Amino acid sequence: MTRYILRRILYLVPVWLGISILAFSLALLAPGDPVRSTLQAQGIDAPSVEQVQALRNELGLNDPGPVRYAKWLANAVRGDLGESVRTGEPVLRSLTDRFPRTAQLALIAIILGLVIALPLGVLAAIFRDRPLDHLSRFGALVGASIPSFWLAYLLIMLFAVQLRMLPVAGSNTPQHVILPALTLAIGAAASLTRLTRSAMLEELNQEYVRTARSKGLREVVVLVRHALRNALVAIVTVTGIRLAALLGGAVIVETIFAWPGIGKYVVDSISGRDYPTIQGFVLFAGTLVLLINLVVDLAYVWLDPRVRLGGTAGGH
Amino acid sequence: MATRSELLLEHEDQGQERLAHAGRPGALWSLLRHPTAMVGLAIVGSMAFIAIAAPVLAPADPTTVDAARRLSPPGGDALLGTDNLGRDILSRIMWGARLSLGTAALATTLILTIGVGLGLISGYYGGFIDDAIMRVVDVILAFPALILALAIVGVLGPGIGSVMIGVVSVAWADYARVMRGLVLAARERQYVEAARATGTRNLRILLRHLLPNVFPPIIVLSSLEMGGLILAVSALSFLGLGAQPPTPEWGAMLSDGRAFIAAAPQLMIYPGLAISIVVIGFNLLGDGLRDVLDPHTRR
Repeated sequence: MTRYILRRILYLVPVWLGISILAFSLALLAPGDPVRSTLQAQGIDAPSVEQVQALRNELGLNDPGPVRYAKWLANAVRGDLGESVRTGEPVLRSLTDRFPRTAQLALIAIILGLVIALPLGVLAAIFRDRPLDHLSRFGALVGASIPSFWLAYLLIMLFAVQLRMLPVAGSNTPQHVILPALTLAIGAAASLTRLTRSAMLEELNQEYVRTARSKGLREVVVLVRHALRNALVAIVTVTGIRLAALLGGAVIVETIFAWPGIGKYVVDSISGRDYPTIQGFVLFAGTLVLLINLVVDLAYVWLDPRVRLGGTAGGH
Repeated sequence: MATRSELLLEHEDQGQERLAHAGRPGALWSLLRHPTAMVGLAIVGSMAFIAIAAPVLAPADPTTVDAARRLSPPGGDALLGTDNLGRDILSRIMWGARLSLGTAALATTLILTIGVGLGLISGYYGGFIDDAIMRVVDVILAFPALILALAIVGVLGPGIGSVMIGVVSVAWADYARVMRGLVLAARERQYVEAARATGTRNLRILLRHLLPNVFPPIIVLSSLEMGGLILAVSALSFLGLGAQPPTPEWGAMLSDGRAFIAAAPQLMIYPGLAISIVVIGFNLLGDGLRDVLDPHTRR
């Protein structure tokens, strides 16, 4: 068990290095001369030769690529991701300052998504091939297929323009979180409903469910204490994956609702051609997803006694 | 867009069992009798027809500005109304289908070529090449797909070409991993061993023996991912990173309509509806294809 966890953590190292190489190389994709674009971002349109040379040295652009990467990585490990060319703020701090708002939005959305998906998926499995099942599957299909940016505006039209119940943009009051969270939650609920349904169906076909029923246990107990408990292993895994994916969705939803998280920040940075921030964001997001996946894997081990107690740990 | 990791959960480690079912005879016949697959096919087929025939079908030019007809409501001589520049919304949606489906089709071709190719090589040769390719795949799959595509497009600068590069450089990784698993399973099969024993060249084994036999699961995967691809492309355009004005593109049209959400909701409703319908079509078709070609993962 401990060995499995250690190996799992050790496996993160090469993947994280890969992520850092990717984040670093992004700047190489940028069209044009990075020195000139940095100077332009600072408002210097016709720089002198000295200015260009000075910045070139300052940015370390005269070193060969691998040396630049090693320097960049050494700084990154110490928490120095450079400075935003737009605001002059340290990149890491501008990301960590905004991250709590994104985490808040994503967590509310995933909880809301589970509140919708768990009952719907369980009921769909119990009433398989009956109208309720068809309805929930149709709902899941539509929820997974409509673009989040369209859904966001449909919700705005309904709750803000027509009913005048909820505010649209900003984050001043608790009500401001409702529409963005609901937008993200509906997308997440769609895939979680599908998954809950199929995980429940799988469990309901198992021998132990028949045993439990023939023992005369009440159906509710069979469903919740036995089948759902076992189905949760799969549901937790996908919830974790979904949570990571919500980071992607947050980029769009935060932009629409002017929610001050890292998603909106990176879109603003892209418009400002703020490459250090884009690089920092990629490293930050990649690291975050690795950590989420680690937690999910550990939760999986903890939830599944066959893995927790058996000798098959590591057979992942 | 976000469902790719879930697809992987379904696809991993099932190579051997899935091969057993893949490509059995009568698959086409079962597909024709599969109701949801047929609904999906009908939707995708009609949209493809609209996309191809847009220059003939569209009632007006999609980019002609007409100040006298600004924001006319749906139902008049412009069936779906006109936008803030007086352009015919129906015509813009039809031409938008051309761009969206065309982009998705071209991107899928590139993704398949790269992903399937590298997956084949990785699974067949193994060793160092396999390790190298799979480590790159691990890194790409560590990100939510949209995040990485967004960063790449963000650095390259806006444009439909950047969007194409962005989504392709992310999406091939899924295919490479699935393909590698299938090839590993197929490699142990008798027809491959027989071919190798008779001295057939590696390339010939790859293309003539392995590829056709591992293709059905790949078809399923690409149909299921096509919807996500269309969503990703329109999302990037919505953010202003894709097609530039006045090009009619669904995500960009939606973005342009934002300012008129209260006065003229048709500017946002119809492009969003078009995206949703196409994506629903591909998802239905993909589910149906999976039931027929890949029964192991039937849900």
